[in-house]
Amino acid sequence: MKNEGEAAKRPDNTAFTQQRLPAWQPILSAGIVIPGFLLIGLAFIGIGIGLFLTSQTIQVWEMDYTGVEKDSPCFRCTILSNQNCTCEVTFSLSTLFTGPVFFYYGLSNYYQNFRKYGVSKDYYQLAGDTGYFKSPEADCAPYAYDSKKNPIVPCGAIANSIFNDTFELYQIINGTKKQVPLDGKGISWWTDYNIKYRNPSPVNGSFAKSFDGTVKPINWPKPAYELDLIDPNNNGFLNQDFLVWMRRAALPQFRKLYRRITDGDYAAGLPAGNYSLKVHYNYPVLSFDGRKKVVFSNVSWMGGKNDFLGIAYLVVGSLCVVMSVVMLVVYAKFKFSDDDDA
Amino acid sequence: QQRQKLKKCGGDEKRVDSRTIYVGHRPCPDTEAFIPSKFCDNRIVSSKYTVWNFLPKNLFEQFRRIANFYFLIIFLVQVIVDTPTSPVTSGLPLFFVITVTAIKQGYEDWLRHKADNEVNKYPVTVLEDGRSVKKESEKIKVGDVVEVVEDETFPCDLILLQSSREDGTCFVTTASLDGESNHKTHYTVPDTEKDLQALPATIECEQPQPDLYKFVGRMHIYKPEQEPAVRSLGPENLLLKGATLKNTKKIYGVAVYTGMETKMALNYQGKSQKRSAVEKSINAFLLVYLCILISKAVVCTTLKYVWQSKEGQDEPWYNQKTQKEKDTNMYLKMFTDFLSFMVLFNFIIPVSMYVTVEMQKFLGSFFITWDKDFFDPEIQEGALVNTSDLNEELGQVEYVFTDKTGTLTQNNMEFIECCIDGFQYKHRDTRSELDGFTVTDGPVNKLQQKAGQEKEELFLRALCLCHTVQVKEAGSEVLADQVDGIDGLLLPQPEEERGFIASSPDEIALVRGAMEYGFTFLGLESKSMKIKNRENNIEEYKLLHVLNFDPVRRRMSVIVQTKSGETLLFCKGADSSIFPRVRPEEVDRIRMHVERNATEGYRTLCVAYKQLSAEEYAVADTGLREARLALQDREQKLMAMYNQVETGMSLIGATAVEDRLQEEAAETMEALQGAGMKVWVLTGDKMETAKSTCYACRLFQRGTELLELTVRTLEDGRLKREEKLLELLRDYHRRAVQDAPPVKAGVTRSWSTANQDYGFIIDGATLSLVMNPPREADASQYRSLFLQICQNCTAVLCCRMAPLQKAQIVKMVKNSKGSPITLSIGDGANDVSMILEAHVGIGIKGKEGRQAVRNSDYAIPKLKHLKKLLLAHGHLYYVRIAHLVQYFFYKNLCFILPQFLYQFFCGYSQQPLYDAAYLTMYNICFTSMPILAYSLLEQHISMEILLDNAALYREIANNAMLRWRPFLYWTVLGIFQGLLFFFGVRFLFSNPALQDNGQVFGNWSYGTIVFTVLVFTVTLKLALDTRHWTWINHFVIWGSLAFYVFFSFFWGGIIWPFLKQQRLYFVFANMLSSVSAWLVIIILILLSLLPEILLVVLRKPRGPHSRQVYLFLPFPF
Repeated sequence: MKNEGEAAKRPDNTAFTQQRLPAWQPILSAGIVIPGFLLIGLAFIGIGIGLFLTSQTIQVWEMDYTGVEKDSPCFRCTILSNQNCTCEVTFSLSTLFTGPVFFYYGLSNYYQNFRKYGVSKDYYQLAGDTGYFKSPEADCAPYAYDSKKNPIVPCGAIANSIFNDTFELYQIINGTKKQVPLDGKGISWWTDYNIKYRNPSPVNGSFAKSFDGTVKPINWPKPAYELDLIDPNNNGFLNQDFLVWMRRAALPQFRKLYRRITDGDYAAGLPAGNYSLKVHYNYPVLSFDGRKKVVFSNVSWMGGKNDFLGIAYLVVGSLCVVMSVVMLVVYAKFKFSDDDDA
Repeated sequence: QQRQKLKKCGGDEKRVDSRTIYVGHRPCPDTEAFIPSKFCDNRIVSSKYTVWNFLPKNLFEQFRRIANFYFLIIFLVQVIVDTPTSPVTSGLPLFFVITVTAIKQGYEDWLRHKADNEVNKYPVTVLEDGRSVKKESEKIKVGDVVEVVEDETFPCDLILLQSSREDGTCFVTTASLDGESNHKTHYTVPDTEKDLQALPATIECEQPQPDLYKFVGRMHIYKPEQEPAVRSLGPENLLLKGATLKNTKKIYGVAVYTGMETKMALNYQGKSQKRSAVEKSINAFLLVYLCILISKAVVCTTLKYVWQSKEGQDEPWYNQKTQKEKDTNMYLKMFTDFLSFMVLFNFIIPVSMYVTVEMQKFLGSFFITWDKDFFDPEIQEGALVNTSDLNEELGQVEYVFTDKTGTLTQNNMEFIECCIDGFQYKHRDTRSELDGFTVTDGPVNKLQQKAGQEKEELFLRALCLCHTVQVKEAGSEVLADQVDGIDGLLLPQPEEERGFIASSPDEIALVRGAMEYGFTFLGLESKSMKIKNRENNIEEYKLLHVLNFDPVRRRMSVIVQTKSGETLLFCKGADSSIFPRVRPEEVDRIRMHVERNATEGYRTLCVAYKQLSAEEYAVADTGLREARLALQDREQKLMAMYNQVETGMSLIGATAVEDRLQEEAAETMEALQGAGMKVWVLTGDKMETAKSTCYACRLFQRGTELLELTVRTLEDGRLKREEKLLELLRDYHRRAVQDAPPVKAGVTRSWSTANQDYGFIIDGATLSLVMNPPREADASQYRSLFLQICQNCTAVLCCRMAPLQKAQIVKMVKNSKGSPITLSIGDGANDVSMILEAHVGIGIKGKEGRQAVRNSDYAIPKLKHLKKLLLAHGHLYYVRIAHLVQYFFYKNLCFILPQFLYQFFCGYSQQPLYDAAYLTMYNICFTSMPILAYSLLEQHISMEILLDNAALYREIANNAMLRWRPFLYWTVLGIFQGLLFFFGVRFLFSNPALQDNGQVFGNWSYGTIVFTVLVFTVTLKLALDTRHWTWINHFVIWGSLAFYVFFSFFWGGIIWPFLKQQRLYFVFANMLSSVSAWLVIIILILLSLLPEILLVVLRKPRGPHSRQVYLFLPFPF
């Protein structure tokens, strides 16, 4: 401290230490803000119009098939004792429903975002790690073991509660039903299907063997390795319906993609006419006052139909324009009134 | 009887009120047993920790902080209870905070250790068993005989046993203790033999007490076959630690008080942790947020149970409870739910704010040390920061308490001019004086042209004779050897300029002044004073009497006899005390000069003389002798005699002496007053001196009406002192408070005559009367009157203050209404208590030791640096940290509000909206660097403008940026943006199919969109507030945003083997592939910032100073 050289004691004379770094000192002056607001406002109005018009072109047909009312077609299926119940909903389209048409199912008052529900799965199982098949994650409780203490695979509330209504769509042409082919591929995220979820490697060539010593989830009619016996790429944890279900919805009222109508005669869309939707009604929702619905929709570059975005852009855009005008008036008034810094 | 007492002392030190010291640790023949008693060692400890207790003690102290404790609790709750977020999310930041703070405090304590060691390891010489042994200062024990040589400071409190001076005296200066730089004479204990090696003696003295001027003790000297001699000891025998030995080769003394028991150490008040006003605001805001947090948790818990009471909601078939959950007691469940909500929302109280604030303070303080404007080439040092906790307090100072000697002035008296018989004689070095009105062509020539030679010489002789100055003997080897038999090896010193020693520096200045005009004082030898006159002849005067100076009489006189047998009385003193005692017709000619000099800030003295006839002298002589020997009422008798002698004199002239002010002292004071600060001068010095200093540094102006409350004004024949005091207080109160127009805060001091300025003067004795009146009941009345008067005065001068009284004043102001922020500045050890007491203590790295610097919060080399320290650094630090604090609360409010709102949509299940990584990283990584950079670099107004316009300081007075109004503004802004973020995305998610492939987004996409909007908005909000964009700001602001994007890709791009759930896998990338997500992010960011931009533009005041005024407010509220 004492015997250091003078140079060491004298503070460094650099721009940083002397707080004299060159600096840009922006001022939000009216001259910048008013034209800026105007430009932003106009741009937003432009985008808003685009969004709004796009949203308007999207066709949506949706219908609640829960069967709450006595006269609704699915009412009889709401009685719990009625197993393997099917019901049929008919509807007609007056114009062509341009394709590709996306077929969603929707649930409301259904809380996929419960915290306990959300953590109730075992990622390692779903990544195909058989080491975890015998000892499911503790968070899966009470869906980790069945009453005989057998481990459940896939464990947890999410897997257990998979949506199991199935639908068949028919076009009624002259009284005969023509089945509309539903495409179950590509309805889940690419990364979920290809990377995140993995099936266990087959044991001795048998996929089912790798599930030895485990039981299916309580609510499932069949084990995971029998989800799709026709297409092995859609089986087990890679079943697309399963993957869609496993991606939890953000809000208690949600829709999930069920199928796409992209094939055959319907690639261009659903032509005008009468249709019949056959529902295999399995999923109980009335116990918690839930509702089920089906939605047909086509999509645009902005996704499904959503007027909010367009309206928001229009409102904010107009707000900006109005503001710029107000500011211009205020500014002009003050500028002339006291003739400031020229 | 005596023996009994001795025994008791040795055994049980604490209980008795005196201690016994065995000189040289030798058992005394008269006591039965030598019982070595335990005294504390001579270590000064100002550090807080040792290596061993650092960890536990520091942790304990850190967790005493409410915030840290709160986070610890949250962490423990997370560990124990099943909560939505993992303990890591709060444990990691807490660990980070604790570690950084511990490192910082450890470093600061290490510096204190270093400073302590410098003192404690200082080598001293101790006489031990007949040999002198070199020891470290801390090893000195009570009873050791210590050797101190010239210009060394005493390592502990010593009783002077032996001095190298013949007459058994030594001179010390206590400049670093009480600020008096004059030489004081101390005396050896009589009858201590020369042979210290075998002095059998004990000292009995009182237990340590802080009063510097009080000491009572007895020394027993045992001689073989004799009754022990008892000598009484008083303060004149005690050499205080911290004082410096002067003009004496060497002394020996026995240590009586050591280490923390020395009077110097006792005069330090305990170092209490200083908290800045900002920290208090933070704590207040913290409480508000804590309330918000708790009410959020309560609301959620209540609603959860209300909601669950509906059938089917509590346990739908798809989400059944485990058996254990079903069995849990309902109330326990509610409680754990409550805790879970607390944990979920706990991010609203920003744990990282503390660490950012700490870092900002720590790093920010480097700018003070680095500032080259604070570098003083003379001492080769810059500013020093001892506590970085108070940076922002520098921008909030309302009262400045300054020491005078060494702080305002250089303590360097200089003879400026004199006036003889009404003619002005101005002496200046021709090179230094360029004033137009001063004609300078050599002093001597000037003299002869003006007054008669006889008068001049009489005046100059008076200056040479009327004083108590001694000539410094050093430099003459012969003398040194004679006095100092032990140390003959002293190097011959070159004959230098004649040195003088005096009890008051202006006496020296006068003697030197006379020297300039050709009359040199050669010294006093055996009652005869020798002066060398202009013709180089030696004149000799026999000194008959010295009528000492005292503050009440305010004059001193000498009576001398010339060779020719004439008896002369020379008297010098303050004008007010001389004028009534001289012939009135002589007064007018000189009064003019005196008054002019006084207003220029010089210290003026008038000189008078009188020739005593033989009879007169005889009367005076006998009178004085009698009075001196009187046993009762000696003081009064002497006073009466003095007054009797000092009459009927004739005035011969006046002198003006300047106590040179520190560089730019007046400018600095003016700037401080311009900035709305009230300046109080607290000094131990005499009133006249202090007053003239106040004039010189323009604290008192020509038009200032002085309200004086001193011993002198209290002298009133009719009334008792306390009655007179009350009367005066009432009178002053009426004048200064009631009649004065109400002083509005922030109004510039008016220069018009209509608005009367008041200055207040009080001295120590009166102050103690005010503070501790004889009747306890009056205390509060006195104090409030006093305080009100002081607050309405532009400047206050308190003179004759004891160190602790200074602290008392500071404390009184500090605790007064509105608890204003106080700053003390001083350079000596006598200022330490006031430096410690004030909110901010500034030490000046002056000549008087290092105590002030060591105990200060900031140390600067010169007074003039105070201006930049407060007006530029303080202002900027305050704005920076205030913005930092508000911003932190704001950004965490809009961070957590969406998470709160989400509970309404997830069945109150404590589902986090954001991923754990985002929760943890938000405050640590994504949004911390820009605000840190802002809080270190922001200059909303450039330093030059701040320094030029002192009034800008008022803009931030009274904690302007951390009051409830701005806080409310920020809170509303946070709520507005939080609502916008959540509901904007909520409406977007009314249809979760947001991609052009028809696939839907889940809850983590929802959270990620909200989070992205959040990070961008709060960062851009800061960008809007930034007025000073250096490359660092650009780097961290854009860098943070880029880092966020990069991190999100990275975090979602890899299957992390250590994670139980890959929740965010490709969520961010998928989000970016959706046009709608982009559009909603853009519009929400813009909409959130819109009101801000509008306010900035619309609030911009127009007018000639628009740019400047506009710049005052870094953000609108």
